[in-house]
Amino acid sequence: MISNELIYLLIPLSCLFAAIGAGFLGPRIGRRLSHRIAIGGVGLAFLLSCLVAWDVFDGGYFNGSVYTWGVVAGVKFEIGFLIDSLTVVMMVVVTFVSLMVHIYTIGYMSDDPGYTRFFSYIALFTFAMLMLVMSNNFLQLFFGWEAVGLVSYLLIGFWYERESAIKANLKAFLVNRVGDFGFILGIAAILSLFGTLDYSEVFAGVHGVQHESVTGPFGNEWSWITLICLLLFVGAMGKSAQVPLHVWLPDSMEGPTPISALIHAATMVTAGIFLVARMSPLFELSTTASSTVLIIGALTALLMAFVAVVQTDIKRVVAYSTLSQLGYMTVALGASAYSVAIFHLGTHAFFKALLFLAAGSVIIAMHHEQDMRRMGGLRRLMPITYLTSVVGSLALAGIPPFAGFFSKDAIIEAVRHSEIPGAGFAYVAVLLGVLITAFYSFRLIFMTFHGPSRVDEHTRTHLHESPWVVTLPLVLLAIPSIFAGVLLVGAVGDGSLLGESVVNVSSLSDGGHFGALEMLSHAPFSWPFWLAIAGIVLAWIFYSLRPDWPDHVTRRMKLVHQVLLKKYGFDELYNQVFAKGSQSLGHLLWKWVDQRTIDGILVNGTASLIGRASTLFRRSQSGLVYHYAFVMIIGLVAILSWLLFR
Amino acid sequence: MSFLQITFYVFSTILVASSLMVITVRNPVRAALFLVLAFFSAACIWLTLEAEFLAITLVLVYVGAVMVLFLFVIMMLDIDIAKMRAGFTNYLPLGLLIAILMAGELVLVMFSKDFGSTSLPRPAGQGADYSNTKALGELVYTEYVFVFELAAVILLVAIIAAISLTLRRRPTTRYQAPERQVKVRKADRVRLVTLPSRPEDDS
Amino acid sequence: MIPLSHYLIVGALLFAISVVGIFLNRKNLVIILMAIELLLLAANMNFVAFSHYLQDLSGQVFVFFILTVAAAEAAIGLAILIVLFRTRRSINVQDLDRLKG
Repeated sequence: MISNELIYLLIPLSCLFAAIGAGFLGPRIGRRLSHRIAIGGVGLAFLLSCLVAWDVFDGGYFNGSVYTWGVVAGVKFEIGFLIDSLTVVMMVVVTFVSLMVHIYTIGYMSDDPGYTRFFSYIALFTFAMLMLVMSNNFLQLFFGWEAVGLVSYLLIGFWYERESAIKANLKAFLVNRVGDFGFILGIAAILSLFGTLDYSEVFAGVHGVQHESVTGPFGNEWSWITLICLLLFVGAMGKSAQVPLHVWLPDSMEGPTPISALIHAATMVTAGIFLVARMSPLFELSTTASSTVLIIGALTALLMAFVAVVQTDIKRVVAYSTLSQLGYMTVALGASAYSVAIFHLGTHAFFKALLFLAAGSVIIAMHHEQDMRRMGGLRRLMPITYLTSVVGSLALAGIPPFAGFFSKDAIIEAVRHSEIPGAGFAYVAVLLGVLITAFYSFRLIFMTFHGPSRVDEHTRTHLHESPWVVTLPLVLLAIPSIFAGVLLVGAVGDGSLLGESVVNVSSLSDGGHFGALEMLSHAPFSWPFWLAIAGIVLAWIFYSLRPDWPDHVTRRMKLVHQVLLKKYGFDELYNQVFAKGSQSLGHLLWKWVDQRTIDGILVNGTASLIGRASTLFRRSQSGLVYHYAFVMIIGLVAILSWLLFR
Repeated sequence: MSFLQITFYVFSTILVASSLMVITVRNPVRAALFLVLAFFSAACIWLTLEAEFLAITLVLVYVGAVMVLFLFVIMMLDIDIAKMRAGFTNYLPLGLLIAILMAGELVLVMFSKDFGSTSLPRPAGQGADYSNTKALGELVYTEYVFVFELAAVILLVAIIAAISLTLRRRPTTRYQAPERQVKVRKADRVRLVTLPSRPEDDS
Repeated sequence: MIPLSHYLIVGALLFAISVVGIFLNRKNLVIILMAIELLLLAANMNFVAFSHYLQDLSGQVFVFFILTVAAAEAAIGLAILIVLFRTRRSINVQDLDRLKG
């Protein structure tokens, strides 16, 4: 009988060994064997995760450390696992999507020279993500957090010969630094307040320190809990790409498409959502923090949806849609509907991975052409890709009975019932977001798969459906995109999905319609449903019925269009303020502080001062012995006089 | 004024005067001779203090040995006295100032009550059977025996140092090499040659 | 009777004179050596005087050792003088500025 602990250890470690095997032995053992190793490792992790999930939903629970790394001044640094329903949901989602992406990669990367390296990276990513979600303490969480950041950096810059890829991964890394800085400050605040890094100990002690406050730099009083929550949320904002730290995510599309699906849509970017859900006992105590989370989420959801409308790059549309959906999840967190946020995280992981992989499938068929204006009419040539994309888009738009409908509707209901400051704005934002989401996702469908073909002659002759390794994951992902909502919404509604692992706010389940049939029957009488339908119809009108309308609208609303194309100028702002600012600051420090002050005054100045003083004092050193003797005698007389006349 | 006082003041005057001469005369030989005089009068003053052994030692060691050494050295060296005197008075004001200051301060100390005849009266002289040498010897060979031995070592070091400093080997000097003289063999010195005999009247 | 201070004054005068001698004769090393001998004599004078007035023979023992050291010093000093004269053909103290860096 294998003990539970060994299974828990085996889940991340099988991925780690797969990564090491594929990475270090890859060039020697060949492509076939390395992708088998990687897929075998991740597949094992997936099966074991399902096993653990089965056990947990049967009432199993585990919280303990497996290895003590070190003890410093009474604070233990441990590697440990907290296995509860939240963890297993994340584990199953991560390993499933990861497995799909592994299989898909065989087809997508088949002619890439970095094939084995790629498998090593994604297996390593799976390991890091599992360490993050399975952790039972902040230190391991931080390790996983940074490790996924590192792998994300490596993968965005996977094609390191491209300058744009290098710039994108640098940008992702730097923006994440900002978030991680807040995150580690939050961890430090937790350590100083609670004296421990263990989740359960922190949550147990949280009510004791609820009203303690810390004096800010300007003499203002801050609640410790609010401070910690805000700092942790800064970390979550960086990783989950919330406004204003969202700028790295669209650029991360420079990486290969499987990566965009796995890391930058389904799993890693949801780490921030997971973090806040995991910290729900803390966030629940601070209305300020919850309100901040809510407003940031609503802003992200709305603003990024608008940007998605004007994008022409197929992957960027999906990327901005991801940002918008992450905003939805954040809104749910802010409205204290943690289980709903995780629910949307799960369904979103499936349909967003599906959309990305479908986009990737199109991109392969188009020979790495990503501009939607040069596509069109692909549905006959790529039926499986087309059908799965439609499923994904319907799920994204929130059309019942697809998965997205349940999770998104639950979020909207949660926001409607929320009473914290900013909830009104957030409600409007998410409702409007539904319309725009439906619009841009079907704009993508219509531009890519319908209408007249705008593909050039050369590509058209080679256009065909992708191989089975690409389409199999699409189909496998389409299944949960359809059914995950129906099957799980009941469990989410009565709070049994995540059980005690997040805080359940009871008022939500009372006021909402949480039950698959109830929600379905209620749908035709609710705003979101009709807004989604309206969005789809609008997209149909604009991009199928009257393809000349978009141009008219663009001409009429040139300013708005420009603002959206520029993505509200965040990049320009950051470039001007932070990049140029730090450059000129660096220049200032270099020229004035380093060269003038340190080199000029301190280093060379000291030397020349000593040199000048020495030339001055050297004259007293005549080298004549009798001078020294004189000085001695004069000194003797002086001492004598002092003794005598003092 | 007692004989002792007369002796003291006379020799003190001679001592101060001769030491002044030591530092002012032009010729180093004469300076050495004045130094001899100074030492001699100092020895006489010491006699008034019942330090007979030291007084004799001063005369023997300094006048007999050290001063002769000085004279030796002066005569061995080829010194241009005229050049030596140049710039003699350059430092005179400073030297005088320092000296007067120092002497003044010292005298100031000595005129204080602590050293007057009331606070520290002159002890009565020892009897005729008292031997200063014996008393000193008893002290040196008992209490100060280690220091005494140390002094002996210092003298030894001084001897060796003086010799090793002044010893030099000139390449032009010819030395005997006794070890080589002893080692020599007949074969090294004598070579026997046989010459063919020749009839006397060959021609 | 002669008070102790008179002996001490003789010593002080001797000391001051030898200091002036060192100041004045900075061209002739031999005279400087002589002045140093006088300096030591001044110290000895004080020792002997105190020894007598305090009726303590230790002072005379000290003089004894000072004489030893002074003799050694004179011998080595003169040896150095000779070596100096050999190498530099001069005993002028003003020429001895090799200590300068």
